Amino acid sequence: MIEKDINSFEQLYKACNIANVSIYKLAQTREAYLSEKTENEVREIVKRSLEAMKDAIKSGLNSNELSLSGMCGADCERLQKRFQRKPALFGNTFEKITAYALATSEENLRMGKIVACPTAGSCGIVPSVLVAVGENFNISEYEQINALITAGEIGRIVSNKVALAGAVAGCQAECGVASAMSAGAVCQMLGGSNKQILNAVALALKNLLGLTCDPVCGLVEIPCVKRNPFLAIHAVTAAELALADIESKIPLDEIVDALEQTGKLMSPTLKESSQAGLAKTKTALELEKSLFKK
Amino acid sequence: MAQSSFIDIITPIMVGPSSSHTAGAVRLGLLARNVYDASPHKVTFRLYNSYAQTGFGHGTDKGLLAGVLGFAVDDKRIRHIFEQPEAKQIAYEFQYLEDFNRHPNAVDFIFEGDLNMFVAGDSVGAGEVVIRKINEFSVKFTGKFNTLLLVYRDVPGMISRVTKVIQEKNINIASLHCDRYAKGEEASMCICVDGELDEEILKLIEGIENLYLVRYVRKLEH
Ligand code: SF4
Repeated sequence: MIEKDINSFEQLYKACNIANVSIYKLAQTREAYLSEKTENEVREIVKRSLEAMKDAIKSGLNSNELSLSGMCGADCERLQKRFQRKPALFGNTFEKITAYALATSEENLRMGKIVACPTAGSCGIVPSVLVAVGENFNISEYEQINALITAGEIGRIVSNKVALAGAVAGCQAECGVASAMSAGAVCQMLGGSNKQILNAVALALKNLLGLTCDPVCGLVEIPCVKRNPFLAIHAVTAAELALADIESKIPLDEIVDALEQTGKLMSPTLKESSQAGLAKTKTALELEKSLFKK
Repeated sequence: MAQSSFIDIITPIMVGPSSSHTAGAVRLGLLARNVYDASPHKVTFRLYNSYAQTGFGHGTDKGLLAGVLGFAVDDKRIRHIFEQPEAKQIAYEFQYLEDFNRHPNAVDFIFEGDLNMFVAGDSVGAGEVVIRKINEFSVKFTGKFNTLLLVYRDVPGMISRVTKVIQEKNINIASLHCDRYAKGEEASMCICVDGELDEEILKLIEGIENLYLVRYVRKLEH
């Protein structure tokens, strides 16, 4: 018998221990029960998301079409060219993660097909880490699905306390949570324990508290697109530390509380309203003028 | 407390760039189309506030039109919707307005054709949408269930009369939402059902007295 009423990470951790299962297994059983589906049907939905993520990466790697506003869209190509000339300092997995994250985010703003995981603005983070690590470390599709379920379960529990929306809690709740989800997914793929997974989430989230949402011209482009590769790499840092059994001194549920409180305290001008921060810089205002003239 | 689902976090698959301004626009268009439930000759879209200001960069206009034409949120053709054959078969127009009494992402749909109809709704975030008005009547529903919408004169016993017809056919009512504006005047009822209402039930309901509007709106697939 598996516990269905799981609203905090502590509950999740305990329930997994009692049933002696991984996070993904508990999440998948719970989801099947609540949605009146079989576990295989649940996995099938997850698989469709995984495939859509891979398709978006593929399309994004092969395009340099600009966004509707014309502000972004050609950076993934630039990055790939640079890596062809000169390999990345941190090796091929780094190259893939950063390129895949940009590919997906650029695909998003040229109205391509993406998975809003957890949101459209942060859509490059989970896929880039999942697919790049999956490819380079020979992770089977079955295990990639396990990792995506793990990521989804992490996002779900955070979202029980705070809506994953820039307008509600700033970018810490979008790209920040995406990065935390990815950190957990990497740990899952590399054979981390439940404890290590949750520590990776804690470490990733803790180091992004306070991240504001100040998109230039009110569009999901600047800073969103380039923020995706940054926070994808951030996720890997968290996973590496956690896999070394480094623990977050502050428990994960308390970090989520801090995130919620920080979101509440954050000025509304920095929560997707484009009234402060980057959105009100001199250059942003100039861009706004030239765009709205059209 | 309703239990949350991790599937919601790792979906939907959609065309970008924005859940509220693109996917939400498509879904609002789809739901308005289900409300209208006929082929319009012309549709006028009135976009308000944030939809009017940042819509161009989010493809909000494209999304709304695509929805009204029946395209799904993950249809790659939405990017080039104006060039699609479906779009060439109807007339459409976009108007951009400011009205801070309305939701930041509010839209009016003005359908013209064999039937003329006004539908207003909001994209309320994360792709979720709400229809607020049909013609001059206030309503409230989200497209998550098949919904029977009734606007009627506020006379006693209406709710039990309607629900009796539905329950006699063994159809489960998932939720019932009623609203009244002034006693004795217009009231509205949104009945969400599990499963389908067939022609026969709808006929029976249409036969009830004091109804101004009866509309059966199908749920959205995504
Ligand atoms: S800056 Fe705002 S709009 Fe951009 S990804 Fe972050 S939360 Fe979303």
